Amino acid sequence: MDKNEERDILRIENLNVRFETEDGVVHAVNGIDMKLGYRKTLGLVGETGAGKTTTALAMLRLVPNPPGVVECDRLEIDGQDVRGMSASKLEQVRGKEISMIFQDPMTALNPVFTVGEQIAESIEIHEHLSKEKALEKAGDMLELVGIPRQRANEYPHQFSGGMKQRVVIAIALACNPKLLIADEPTTALDVTIQAQVLELMNELKEKYDTSMIMITHDLGIVAEVCDDVAVMYAGRIVEQGSLEEVYGKTMHPYTEGLFNSLPNIKNRQAMLKPIHGLMPDPTNLPEGCAFAPRCNYATEECKKACPALRNVGGTHMVACVRYEKDPNFMIDRRKQNG
Amino acid sequence: MADSKEMQLRASKLYKKRSSFEMVWRQLRRNKGALLGLALLIIIIIGALIAPIVYDYDTDVIGMNVRERMQWPSARHICGTDDLGRDIFARIVYGARYSLAVGFVAVIIALIIGTALGAAAGYIGGVFENIVMRVCDIFSSIPSVLMAIAVVSALGKSTANLMLAVGIASTAPFVRVARAAVLVVRGEEYVEAARAIGQPDWKIVIVHILPNCLSQIIVQATLRVGSAIISAAQLSFLGLGVPAPAPEWGSMLSSGRLYIRDYSYMTLFPGIAIMITVLSLNLLGDGLRDALDPKLKR
Amino acid sequence: MADNILEVKHLKKYFKTSRGMLHAVDDINFTLERGKTLGLVGESGCGKSTTGRVILRLLEPTDGEIIFEGKDISKLSKSEMRHMRKDMQIIFQDPFSSLDPKKTVSQIIAEPIIENKIIKGKLAREERVLELMDTVGLAERYINTYPHELDGGRRQRIGIARALAMEPNLIICDEPVSALDVSIQAQILNLLKDLQKKLGLTYIFITHDLSVVNHFSDDIAVMYLGQIVEKAPAEELFDNPVHPYTQALLSAIPIPELGHQRQRVQLKGEITSPIEPPAECRFAKRCLMCNEEVCKKTVPQLIEISPNHFVACPLKQKDLGFNV
Repeated sequence: MDKNEERDILRIENLNVRFETEDGVVHAVNGIDMKLGYRKTLGLVGETGAGKTTTALAMLRLVPNPPGVVECDRLEIDGQDVRGMSASKLEQVRGKEISMIFQDPMTALNPVFTVGEQIAESIEIHEHLSKEKALEKAGDMLELVGIPRQRANEYPHQFSGGMKQRVVIAIALACNPKLLIADEPTTALDVTIQAQVLELMNELKEKYDTSMIMITHDLGIVAEVCDDVAVMYAGRIVEQGSLEEVYGKTMHPYTEGLFNSLPNIKNRQAMLKPIHGLMPDPTNLPEGCAFAPRCNYATEECKKACPALRNVGGTHMVACVRYEKDPNFMIDRRKQNG
Repeated sequence: MADSKEMQLRASKLYKKRSSFEMVWRQLRRNKGALLGLALLIIIIIGALIAPIVYDYDTDVIGMNVRERMQWPSARHICGTDDLGRDIFARIVYGARYSLAVGFVAVIIALIIGTALGAAAGYIGGVFENIVMRVCDIFSSIPSVLMAIAVVSALGKSTANLMLAVGIASTAPFVRVARAAVLVVRGEEYVEAARAIGQPDWKIVIVHILPNCLSQIIVQATLRVGSAIISAAQLSFLGLGVPAPAPEWGSMLSSGRLYIRDYSYMTLFPGIAIMITVLSLNLLGDGLRDALDPKLKR
Repeated sequence: MADNILEVKHLKKYFKTSRGMLHAVDDINFTLERGKTLGLVGESGCGKSTTGRVILRLLEPTDGEIIFEGKDISKLSKSEMRHMRKDMQIIFQDPFSSLDPKKTVSQIIAEPIIENKIIKGKLAREERVLELMDTVGLAERYINTYPHELDGGRRQRIGIARALAMEPNLIICDEPVSALDVSIQAQILNLLKDLQKKLGLTYIFITHDLSVVNHFSDDIAVMYLGQIVEKAPAEELFDNPVHPYTQALLSAIPIPELGHQRQRVQLKGEITSPIEPPAECRFAKRCLMCNEEVCKKTVPQLIEISPNHFVACPLKQKDLGFNV
């Protein structure tokens, strides 16, 4: 048990992904380091274009090439180096060691196969069971996600959105993967169904000792489900740490901006404080800090060089020039929270 | 007033319009087949246009020269001469005028009638749509040649009637494409938005729906010119098309039929001409379809 | 006497399907005061978007009255309705599909002006378009760009400018920020609030996002399967939700704060079918508090249980001492 506690299910060092297109080179992911421990859940937060999905696809080596070019110093799933793996070895890893749930349950399922068959497919491939045994196990998985096993013979269109997503979860967990990547799994669902699905995911990951990366833009979901948080902007991680550190001792101005953009349930009258401007064009990233043009605290220094992630206590890391230059610098939110 | 003039000057100087043509051209450029098709088509069109300048119709194209008849291809007659001593190459180049004219005009007729009917069917729906589509089905089940024969037999042989006949026979695919495109666009929110500002239905179809269906109709049109040319050739082959001695490719095939065993070049070259023309149109049409398909972008 | 810009009475919209009548909107009643915002909340399939469209008569009502500025517009002819369109407009959810991809920004914004002959003369019209762009915060230089060249936030601003072009009094906002990133959402919401103050607009704000609707609305009506189950001023609804569905909905919102222990109100199963619904509480099958005796007897009515707070739950009505 103790040995497992120290085990890293995922280790990434210096991941870079760029897309070489006719309109220029899209720098989607720029130097990400990530570590995920056994049974831990990491929330990967960011808006559209931050590079979260691309990072996830890179982990599974699913980035289309061309036009995508993936470079990294280290990419290990539970100790195995995935970078140089052959296609056949990779197929063994995907679905078995590491599994992914995509955003849109409507299109993730094949409309011409029954849900039972789709769950069984994964089992057949990885656990080398016969078709009958695999279908039986598929029935077990359906029960586990709260769907009566008789419905295994039904087709995806016969299920509602929430149930389809449960089927997708069943497929993802069928072979008991060590790492589950969930890419905005509840965005397309109603809020009451979302609550049910999140609860289900929590239960299952406890039961199976699965580590999880939850990709989302919803800070509320992160608070409910995740142990650690990493905030992404323009392909880089700008702040990361445990949930308590990032939420309770927020340090990066972008993270603060995200919190401020949320309607404040306690103070209705307040005008929202949005982050002005837009995310930078990934084919034309600014030289210095990518967030500087939108940052309320930016100085001239910020535009010169891109800040690196630095440790500011515990596991909390921030990439911000202001902190480098001035150890007493504090953002407003930090001042409020004390 | 001076203020608004200023405003207008500002408005026109601001950000230029970047048309969708540029984007389509960029996509098309990448498709080697499409570029080849386009190049061939341009050559054929230029040939057709300058034909009357290079050749004199009466002497070169239809002028009989019995002494030079039935000659195999040589330096003087690149494609040989036919049974009446006429230079086949000159006839082929001149014949392009007929084939292209019939092809394009027929398709334009089909496009206008077909798109109007199809768009109306798609937008109005209900019984009207049903009737139009069933009539369309009937037309599609009749071989186009048969239909063209019916028209020509009723109205007489001439180039104009040939265009009409082939045009009518080609209408059905346009009705289908237009209706399908309208059905998709009809459900889009910007159509609803147009209704919300009080735009009448007919205006919505013309201003919003048709421009967004244009790409599919263009592709269909380009591909149909090829089949129209073949239909025209078929009819001329049967003697129902452009009357002799006009150098229409199909009638050239027909007159060469008698000599096909010993003088195969007489049918070979007009046949190749038809093939190259239709091939270039198909290559271009396929390329256009890929270039205009939003899902295939990037 | 409150200045009610809109009064909706017994509004119904049914769709014919092969399996029977689909009750998309079933007997909706509410009034809307000028200058205020009514939030219409619910999950997918509750009928809120349909309600919005029926009020504008983009969909024809099956039954009921829509009294706008004192006139019942539900029975007007098509041409009479066209006159009314100037006063009531809509902002759509999807900034990608609600703009004609083949038209430039200025063409899109100018279209309502041209269509309704509000301003004559090209110059004057262009002036107005630039004015509108400025009002919604769109830079002048975008005047000749196409929608696909712009991001979601800017596209939505085009939609707003288009809605404002005819100087309407009422604007139906159909999930105007749901398709946008969080930071852009905030920008657009601020803009809408600003415009309301400046131009005296009245909004119906349709959304599934409860935190947004709390921030934005004066009153909130919660819809479920075509019916309003609870209606109250925003603060009251959040402080004191009475209907079990409202409670479940509110408790399901994930809170972005540490140490927040949610008391989740559980729901059973999934949403039931809106086709030929039985004459009982439509929420009964999912409600953990369902009491067969009370809840399955009749269709629940909206009753005012405290000033301006309406609830349609026979059980709660009984508990609070109202005779059902």
